[in-house]
Amino acid sequence: MFTILNLVQPDNLEEAYQILADKRNNTILGGCAFLKMGKKRINKGVDLANLKLSYIHEKDGFIEVGAMTSLRELETHPLLKEHYNGVLPQSVRHIIGVQFRNCVTVGASVYSKYGFSDLITALLSLDTEVELFKAGRMPLGDFLARPKERDILVRLWIKKTLRQATYLSFRNSASDYAVLNVAVSKLDNKWTIAVGARPSKAAIAVSASAMLSQQDPTLEKIEEVAQRASEELSFGTNTRGTATYRKALCKALVKRGIMEVLSCKSN
Amino acid sequence: MQIELTINDKMVKWDVANDEFLADTLRSHGLLSVKKACDTSCCGLCTVWIDGKSMLSCSVLALRAHGKKITTIEGLPKEAEEFAQILSAEGAEQCGFCSPGFIMNVIAMKNELVNPSEEEIIHYLTGNLCRCTGYMGQLRAIKTYLGVA
Repeated sequence: MFTILNLVQPDNLEEAYQILADKRNNTILGGCAFLKMGKKRINKGVDLANLKLSYIHEKDGFIEVGAMTSLRELETHPLLKEHYNGVLPQSVRHIIGVQFRNCVTVGASVYSKYGFSDLITALLSLDTEVELFKAGRMPLGDFLARPKERDILVRLWIKKTLRQATYLSFRNSASDYAVLNVAVSKLDNKWTIAVGARPSKAAIAVSASAMLSQQDPTLEKIEEVAQRASEELSFGTNTRGTATYRKALCKALVKRGIMEVLSCKSN
Repeated sequence: MQIELTINDKMVKWDVANDEFLADTLRSHGLLSVKKACDTSCCGLCTVWIDGKSMLSCSVLALRAHGKKITTIEGLPKEAEEFAQILSAEGAEQCGFCSPGFIMNVIAMKNELVNPSEEEIIHYLTGNLCRCTGYMGQLRAIKTYLGVA
């Protein structure tokens, strides 16, 4: 169990950042569900609850999601059900239970770059940007590639498009962490294939995505693309599955994902 | 630190530690229906409502409950008894340790979903684990309770 020596609830982001930057063991608190399982000794826990960062709305051609929005709000919000075939609600609906999803936050899930994250994989298949208080706004892919630094994730910006998307995961039992998860999306003729829980953090299968975008996908081509995705990404072994198993799963889930996107009504 | 909150329609002022979780706070004030079991936020035994939302009190810092309205099963005696009797009639209560959290989430579901399908019921209650019953009795009881049997 973690320890929090002091808990502060700043009134603005600058104050929150100053506290965070002040000492190495000062920490931003998200939903705390994962943090509490560690043994971290936190000098000041910074609670962003007063900063009004729990919201989902449209702004300037984007869907804006505040960092303190819960996964349950993400799952049930009409705006996200209506866009991208509801890929975001779909991605979080198997995470433990309703009560858990009411506790955990979007910001903590993304900022922590958890390898097992269902949400990051789905977001990666969309045109998602991350807004950090100090480092500013950047594509989610760039954020995931950066080394961990002390900053505050303020909100996500998801470009409003007609992108068709789907999310698939394989779990050993309902509500467990995914052994592997896959999100596939298509906008015009450009495809994106994201694979997560490898078990390292989600990544885009760049070569497979490009290959699929080159010509109309036939069944044969889809098989090739799925094979390519499973070969270009790295997989690891943990208690949920071996690297070999994950590689095989990747091929199957990518193929299914592409087929699902192709069957979307607007295609 | 001191927090002010409403527990089952009663305003209280409690002193809590910075890293104290709400489940411990509630239990230390005699609300023993709130159970602790898994410590990994996955069993649902500690379920309470915070401002009407079903949440895991084992994962919510007590300080974050400041100014909130908390409901435990002690605050819903009529609804709880009604459903508990149906649970009992279906042979679905067994040891009863998970029942308070489970009943809280069933009533939350009743408030949130209109005529849920069996799939929706199962999905909503995935976060409530029971090691005795195998869930079929509970499912029958819920359907009877919701009038969707």
